[in-house]
Amino acid sequence: MTARKLTLAAALVVLATLPLWLVSAFYINIATQILFWAIAAAALNVLVGYAGLVSLGHAGLFGIAGYVAALLLGAGHGHPVAILAALVATVAASATFAVLSLRSTGIGFLMITLTLGQIVWGVAYRWASLTNGDNGVNVASRPTPFGVDLSSPTSFYYATFATFLLAMAMMAVFVRSPFGASVRGTRDQATRMNTLGYHVWLIRFLAFLFSGLWTGIAGLLFVYYNEFVSPQVLALQSSAEMLLMVIAGGTATLLGPVVGAAIVVIIKNVASAYVERWNLLLGVIFVVIIIFMPEGLLPGLTRLWRTHRRTASTAIAKGSVPISEGPTR
Amino acid sequence: MIALSVTGLCKSFGGLQVTSNIALSVGQGERRLIIGPNGAGKTTLFNLITGEVKPDRGTVRLFDRDITRLPPRQRAHLGLARTYQIITLFGRDTILRNVTLALLGLSPLRWNPLIRLDQRTELIEQAYAALTRVGLDHLAERPLSQTSYGERRRVEIAMALAQRPRVLLLDEPFAGLSIDERRDVQSLLAAIPTDVTIVMIEHNMDVALGFAEQITLLHFGEVIVEGARAEVVEDPRTRKVYLGG
Repeated sequence: MTARKLTLAAALVVLATLPLWLVSAFYINIATQILFWAIAAAALNVLVGYAGLVSLGHAGLFGIAGYVAALLLGAGHGHPVAILAALVATVAASATFAVLSLRSTGIGFLMITLTLGQIVWGVAYRWASLTNGDNGVNVASRPTPFGVDLSSPTSFYYATFATFLLAMAMMAVFVRSPFGASVRGTRDQATRMNTLGYHVWLIRFLAFLFSGLWTGIAGLLFVYYNEFVSPQVLALQSSAEMLLMVIAGGTATLLGPVVGAAIVVIIKNVASAYVERWNLLLGVIFVVIIIFMPEGLLPGLTRLWRTHRRTASTAIAKGSVPISEGPTR
Repeated sequence: MIALSVTGLCKSFGGLQVTSNIALSVGQGERRLIIGPNGAGKTTLFNLITGEVKPDRGTVRLFDRDITRLPPRQRAHLGLARTYQIITLFGRDTILRNVTLALLGLSPLRWNPLIRLDQRTELIEQAYAALTRVGLDHLAERPLSQTSYGERRRVEIAMALAQRPRVLLLDEPFAGLSIDERRDVQSLLAAIPTDVTIVMIEHNMDVALGFAEQITLLHFGEVIVEGARAEVVEDPRTRKVYLGG
């Protein structure tokens, strides 16, 4: 088994047993938050990392799922209807976002998605008769899939963990698939892809829908976790935080956004208890990552580790480091 | 049978007329050389044929089908492939993945998000076959970033050949190659079967003249001489605007 597989297996064991050794509900809830934000960041990474399309409007899609579910539950519908409708609405909104924003790439795409996200935020904030404005919408209960009560932090953690695993598996399949290769090709050489026979716009559109669907699923987990949704979650800051998770962790990597989500959630929820200006701390960490590991934390650490190993093996080969030398007494 | 024909093709960028009323007719299996000084509109002509640039006027026909309004991707599906003067490859991928992408472009598999690309043995075998034709099969797994300029030129050709084109447009395939590499590419092009029609832009007359049966000379976006190799080379207008002397 390779070191990479061993690390992954160890991480899975840690995540699967987390509630057993994290006795505090607070930390279990932090872990839950990391997982659903990781799903959102991984979904955004499909566009940012693999399609080369930087979106600043994904909080809008995240919030649409939350609002649709919350409003339908408030209107007396059951969880299956609310969840299904929320996902359909998110995919429909993703399609609208995609049709409008894919008229451009680069900074144009970023600005259009930012605008669309802000429009959704404006609707949530100002259409108070529907959304209850700044007061938000409460959700009375969590669903009970297959009779499993998700009201406790531990059970909700495992539900989120299962969804997270499914998301990661889907992302891994997607990335290695022919369609994933097509998406990456449109990122690297869009014109060339066109002359090779690819429908570049449609590939980007479908990638946007896939990204939107998983963003919606993360939004549902968010709303069930908080049992509440307000315009704050749709705000530009949420979109920026998602993007920060992707860039800090490492774009176009499967696990980079997970690491990025962990950094942001931990600083936001844990370090903020000790550091009043936690936003400043987050900014400093981000700047340090960008300066020393512009490719992101995970690929950056991998690069440093490989360089270290190469240097060490070169030193051994040259005989500058005695292999059998014992510890200094 | 006419494989590729162009009539009345005009294109201007702002006030600059790049191609002016170009007419070109290339028979099936023909080897056509397009020559002309820099800025004559040769690459723009290729871009107009592949659809990367839309013409202001005129038509492009591929095997008697009007493709003027078709997007580049549909032209590729009809059998039109090209290489680029400025090498345009997927720099983060391996040589094999570059050729696989070319194959995938014409395969319905490209929409499949549920299978692993590296387990599609038929695609991988076809990619290896294309790389064998250009003598790069032993470097298939090498990242493109670790390849020489000449190898990249050959990857471009391998990608075009992998698509089994009916009409192949080669934009300066010998540019920047060493003498040995030029010889390799020359024999590679000579081995392409005659069911593939080839239109080539090339400045290196030593290698290009041996390849061409028919030559078209462009100057300031217009066809000024066209005909059999010997006729065009001997034509005083060719000597005046291109060959010199």
